[in-house]
Amino acid sequence: MTIDSDLEGQIAEWRAYMDRRRELHRTDAEELEDHLRSRITELAQGGLRTDEAFLIAVKRMGSLDELSREFAREHSDRLWKQLVLPSESDAPTAARTRRELPVMVLCAALAALAIKAPALFGLGLGEDDDAAFYARNLSLFALPALAAYFAWQRRVGLPVVAVLGALFVLGAVAANAYPLDDDAHTLVLTAIHLPLALWLVVGVAYVGGDWRSDRRRMDFIRFTGEWLIYIALLALGGGVLTLFTVGTFEAIGIDAEGFVSQWLLPCGAMAAIVVAAWLVEAKQSVIENMAPVLTRVFTPLFAATLLAFLVAFIATNNGIDVERDVLILFDLLLVVVLGLLLYAISARDLTARPGLFDRLQLVLVVSALVIDVLVLLAITGRITEFGFSPNKTAALGENLILLANLGWSAWLFLGFLRGRMTFAHLERWQTRYLAVYAVWAWTVVLAFPPVFDFA
Amino acid sequence: MRITKDLVAASATPLVLGILSEGESYGYAILKQVDDLSGGQLEWTEGLLYPLLHRLERLGHVESFWVTPPGGRRRKYYRITEQGRAELAEQRRQWATVVDALRGVWSAAQTSTPIMPAWEAGR
Repeated sequence: MTIDSDLEGQIAEWRAYMDRRRELHRTDAEELEDHLRSRITELAQGGLRTDEAFLIAVKRMGSLDELSREFAREHSDRLWKQLVLPSESDAPTAARTRRELPVMVLCAALAALAIKAPALFGLGLGEDDDAAFYARNLSLFALPALAAYFAWQRRVGLPVVAVLGALFVLGAVAANAYPLDDDAHTLVLTAIHLPLALWLVVGVAYVGGDWRSDRRRMDFIRFTGEWLIYIALLALGGGVLTLFTVGTFEAIGIDAEGFVSQWLLPCGAMAAIVVAAWLVEAKQSVIENMAPVLTRVFTPLFAATLLAFLVAFIATNNGIDVERDVLILFDLLLVVVLGLLLYAISARDLTARPGLFDRLQLVLVVSALVIDVLVLLAITGRITEFGFSPNKTAALGENLILLANLGWSAWLFLGFLRGRMTFAHLERWQTRYLAVYAVWAWTVVLAFPPVFDFA
Repeated sequence: MRITKDLVAASATPLVLGILSEGESYGYAILKQVDDLSGGQLEWTEGLLYPLLHRLERLGHVESFWVTPPGGRRRKYYRITEQGRAELAEQRRQWATVVDALRGVWSAAQTSTPIMPAWEAGR
């Protein structure tokens, strides 16, 4: 039979239709295509024109719905999307995706070894004297390996690699060059803010150096949410593993706690950071994103809680007890609200019209804002009274940054609900704001110690 | 004559195993052979055949492999396993019993008088 380009086109169209069916794997579609071709060949030999033969062959195969249903009955597992490792797939894959797994393992191993490297220089893990060293450097063990993995995966150019390297070196210098006492407040601040700053550096690697793109930034936000969920799951699994390691060895009279605290936990935690990132990437198109699902569940609950708090606050007329930690607590509350907002945005169809959930979201944001303003009013007096300590300044700065973000978000939200603005405005505002977090985190790490005399 | 769905489904496994016991084959060829064997009476759909082949593969009665002819498209072949042959023998025994029983019923039905209600027979 001569190659009929019309027929090939028709078959390709039919095949594309088949490939969209989840119940039919690639190999099944291939098998059915072979079947279709055999029948067409036979019909054509019987004297039909190829286009007629194609129509009859497709018709004989029956409706695709029915076919898929029969396949689904045998392969019901396919409706549960499974994570397929590249090496297991029988489809011919590119060499690069086959190398993905080894490279990820290599990066995870590097991260795991990195945390043991200081031990070679006499800085023991878990010793009180060196706790401060590990606290301020914690993010410098695993995040460079993670950035390296993304840099390899995204094939970023040399200039981007140079920028990434320079930022990590800057982070390392900032964490270690300042003469900070082990109990200095700014040391704690560095230990908290350096991971944040470096996580955004990982973001530069994640977006493949294309950090100006709003879409890519949103991808990084999505990635961060999924990564947090995976790291929590891995931590749970790691906890179970630890329990069994200690328990089973204890049963035969061997004390495994030293091994667990010196090797299993630190190395496992560092490797998990890379593994979780790889899992998020590998399952991206396979499993529904979890962060938006959790957001859907918790947005109404948080909105109700905040409203109840406001009502109770007004009804009882109790003042806010301005404790040391209260500012941090409300910072965290704003972070949670911002997270709920971000992951609702990340999963939203930008062109969809405003619905009930959007109104709920606005209620949540506005009540969080009102509560925060109340807290700020209560706390200002205290700060003017006792002056600015590094902790208070950082907590206040964060509060203002989040307040500004949520305030403007609420405004944009209102505009959107009234139909004056598109949802894309809100998304763009959030993705642009990432830069503010980066600037703030680096400011705390780099400028706070000298400004506050290394206190 | 239309053969009922249940009967088609029940006879599908022994037919496929029987065809494959004569040599490895692929989906379309199996379908053609069923067509020939039944004189076109057994109408198998693709939705019946391929999921059945996949199930037999999962159960270990058959195994599959891809063959790429030089310059051609690859095609999935099926081959019966030892376990599949044992299953086929078992199915043959069962079917023989069923067929024997049916034969007994048919011949009895031919020789005996037509079944009639008692009051009509007594008139």
